[in-house]
Amino acid sequence: MSTVTADDLRARVGELLAAHPPASTDRLEFLRARFDAGLAWVHYPEGLGGLGAPRELQNVVDAELAKAGAPDNNPRRIGIGLGMAAPTILRFGTDEQKHRYLRPLWTGEEVWCQLFSEPGAGSDLAALGTRAVRDGDEWVVDGQKVWTSVAHIARFGILVTRTDPDVPKHQGMTYFICDMTDPGVEVRPLRQLTGEAEFNEVFLSGVRIPDDNRLGAVGEGWKVAQTTLMNERVAIGGNAMPREGGLIGMVTRTWRERPELRTPELHDRLLKLWVEAEAARLAGQRLRQQLAVGAPGPEGSAMKLAFAKLQQALTGLEVELSGEDGLRYDDWTLRRPEKVDMLGRGPGYRYLRAKGNSIEGGTSEVLRNIISERVLGLPSEPRVDKDVAWKDLPR
Amino acid sequence: MSDLLYSEVEEDLRASVRDLLTDRAGFTSVLARTESAEPYDLKLWRTLAGDLGLAGLAVPESLGGQGASYREVAVVLEELGRSVAPVPFLGSAVLATTALLAAGDRELVPRLAGGELIGALAVPLTSAPESGFPDGVSANTEGALSGAVRAVVDAPVADVLIVPAAGPDGAGLYAVEQTAATVSDVVSLDLTRRLADVSFDNASSRLLASGAEAESALRQALRAGAGLLASEQVGLAQRCLDETVAYLKQRYQFGRPVGSFQALKHRLADLYLELVSARATARHAADALATGDDEVPVAVAVAAATCSAVALHAAEESVQLHGGIGMTWEHSAHLYLKRAKSDELALGTPGRHRAALAGLVDLPPA
Ligand SMILES: Cc1cc2nc3c(=O)[nH]c(=O)nc-3n(C[C@H](O)[C@H](O)[C@H](O)COP(=O)(O)OP(=O)(O)OC[C@H]3O[C@@H](n4cnc5c(N)ncnc54)[C@H](O)[C@@H]3O)c2cc1C
Repeated sequence: MSTVTADDLRARVGELLAAHPPASTDRLEFLRARFDAGLAWVHYPEGLGGLGAPRELQNVVDAELAKAGAPDNNPRRIGIGLGMAAPTILRFGTDEQKHRYLRPLWTGEEVWCQLFSEPGAGSDLAALGTRAVRDGDEWVVDGQKVWTSVAHIARFGILVTRTDPDVPKHQGMTYFICDMTDPGVEVRPLRQLTGEAEFNEVFLSGVRIPDDNRLGAVGEGWKVAQTTLMNERVAIGGNAMPREGGLIGMVTRTWRERPELRTPELHDRLLKLWVEAEAARLAGQRLRQQLAVGAPGPEGSAMKLAFAKLQQALTGLEVELSGEDGLRYDDWTLRRPEKVDMLGRGPGYRYLRAKGNSIEGGTSEVLRNIISERVLGLPSEPRVDKDVAWKDLPR
Repeated sequence: MSDLLYSEVEEDLRASVRDLLTDRAGFTSVLARTESAEPYDLKLWRTLAGDLGLAGLAVPESLGGQGASYREVAVVLEELGRSVAPVPFLGSAVLATTALLAAGDRELVPRLAGGELIGALAVPLTSAPESGFPDGVSANTEGALSGAVRAVVDAPVADVLIVPAAGPDGAGLYAVEQTAATVSDVVSLDLTRRLADVSFDNASSRLLASGAEAESALRQALRAGAGLLASEQVGLAQRCLDETVAYLKQRYQFGRPVGSFQALKHRLADLYLELVSARATARHAADALATGDDEVPVAVAVAAATCSAVALHAAEESVQLHGGIGMTWEHSAHLYLKRAKSDELALGTPGRHRAALAGLVDLPPA
């Protein structure tokens, strides 16, 4: 049991700031020093950016550092690394892997992407067909991934492959770390309805991955992927936000500043959404408190679902509330963004981008299935794919 | 009792419009156009307006039209909504033409009806029928107009603008040549419908109607617009439902067609129910507008409040149920989503139509 207290952390932050005054320290140097001081993610083990402290105490560190004007690690840009790759590496990685990958991942020096979905395997991730065939100390990978966010700036990808097509689908998968600079990795932009190409198609042809880059045992890829997915949902849905943080803040500001747009009906809807946002914020807080004492459970799915609903309702209302401006768009030019800029663009962009919130990281429909089956314990739908070898599945 | 069905003539009309649009306004060409120098297909427009006479469907034959009614116009709009065809039908054939007819014009109507000229009604596309006479543009005693209007539908391709303006003796409706105004294209959310901000600086005009006549002409145009837009929304919703059903039959996940999951079946069944109601309200509005009876204001408010929401719901479901593919530029779902969201704001949001209804049926707010 950890004995680290809030006061210990404040003292450590003080030492860090004294040794590396933010005003005169290079941003990256500061972030590395912060990692080495165990103040990156305090609930991680010592030596890996943490102190084995309760997760909630991170807030203490973040607040102190923000007060001192210290640089942060711009977590939105590297959300996949922080939210998904890191917890998976922590749980399944070897000591060597943990020491090699976690620090540059946390500082943002190395961006990560998630090479899971394929044209024929989205919700049914376990149906994927990208092949990895063993060749001595290496694996040779061939296949195609799709909708891969930020692959165009990623240094590494977490990759799930099929290593045994002759067993049922959940048993024949293996999980790797893929170096995106390796020969045979080709990233092509895929434009989305916002006009941007935020995600990509990734073609893997004859990519050679050393066995050292395997995460978990051969054939255990599904188990490893489950950890990633569970953490993904928490990462998407479990954000710590102040009251009126995020989109609800955006909409309430418009409401306060533009009285000419107000109608009684919109007022009623806005207040309902305000309450919903506040309730979601509190539920997220409660979830994080639960996490502090255990692993993420299926409740994370509920938060992700609630988040998507709220984002979509708010952005839809915002466009309506914008009147003539709601008919406009800021810019349709094709761009290759490095992060999702929900607050930096116009209402039309927010409305369209929010449509992805109920698809990315597991669709709302699939999350409802998970809640009904794993939380509520309802019987699952008849499965036709359970005991069939992957290669014999109907598609 | 209003006739809520489609006549044989209407079904024939639908078939010929659909054939033409299938040929000439397929998704890939519509999408390609949105990024080209010519986002509207004016050649297609000339075929629709000139060769098929659709711009003058509801215009009396004595004024160069087909002498049909808004019922037929509504059917055309269903098909245009179904293919999100990039043509200025709403702005020219519905809004401008109705305003001109109501103002008793005999000069411009025949030219608009024949497709020789394109017209636009210079009000923001968000204007609801009850929104009152706008005062952003004013006219002096010589009829020179000054002022500005934002988000005017189809103005970028219009030859003539029909402008409600505050004249020396109150409300006035004026005709202005587009070249006499400053027309700046707007980047619209709806990639297939063009908008412009329009301003006038001592632009010379011709007075079409004044006072109560001008006010009534504007209201009639907006009412017809809102009532008929409902049919565009029905066509759009139907297309989204059809496409989604087809996709879910063919997309396999978990070893079975995704459409075999009851959770999705029920959602699509619900959408179908919504569409059944929406179509009835849209038909009712079109029929009321055709016969010009007392029922018009209520019928329009009910149709507009219903169909906006149904079209948007259908488009949103279509994106969601297509999964990652629905989020991509290459799939058609987004064009429908953008049209549906813009249509929700166009000619009065559902909320504003419900508020108007409250007055019409005597259910005042608390
Ligand atoms: C913006 C965005 C970013 C993304 N980024 C990444 C990324 O970085 N890496 C990555 O690997 N993937 C990424 N994805 C892909 C995403 O994970 C998949 O799109 C998602 O899992 C859904 O899969 P699909 O698109 O194949 O939809 P499908 O599985 O084909 O689903 C189609 C529809 O059927 C529904 N459905 C499917 N199965 C069921 C069921 N059993 N019961 C009820 N309904 C069901 C779905 O909910 C959906 O509405 C991204 C997607 C988006 C939109």
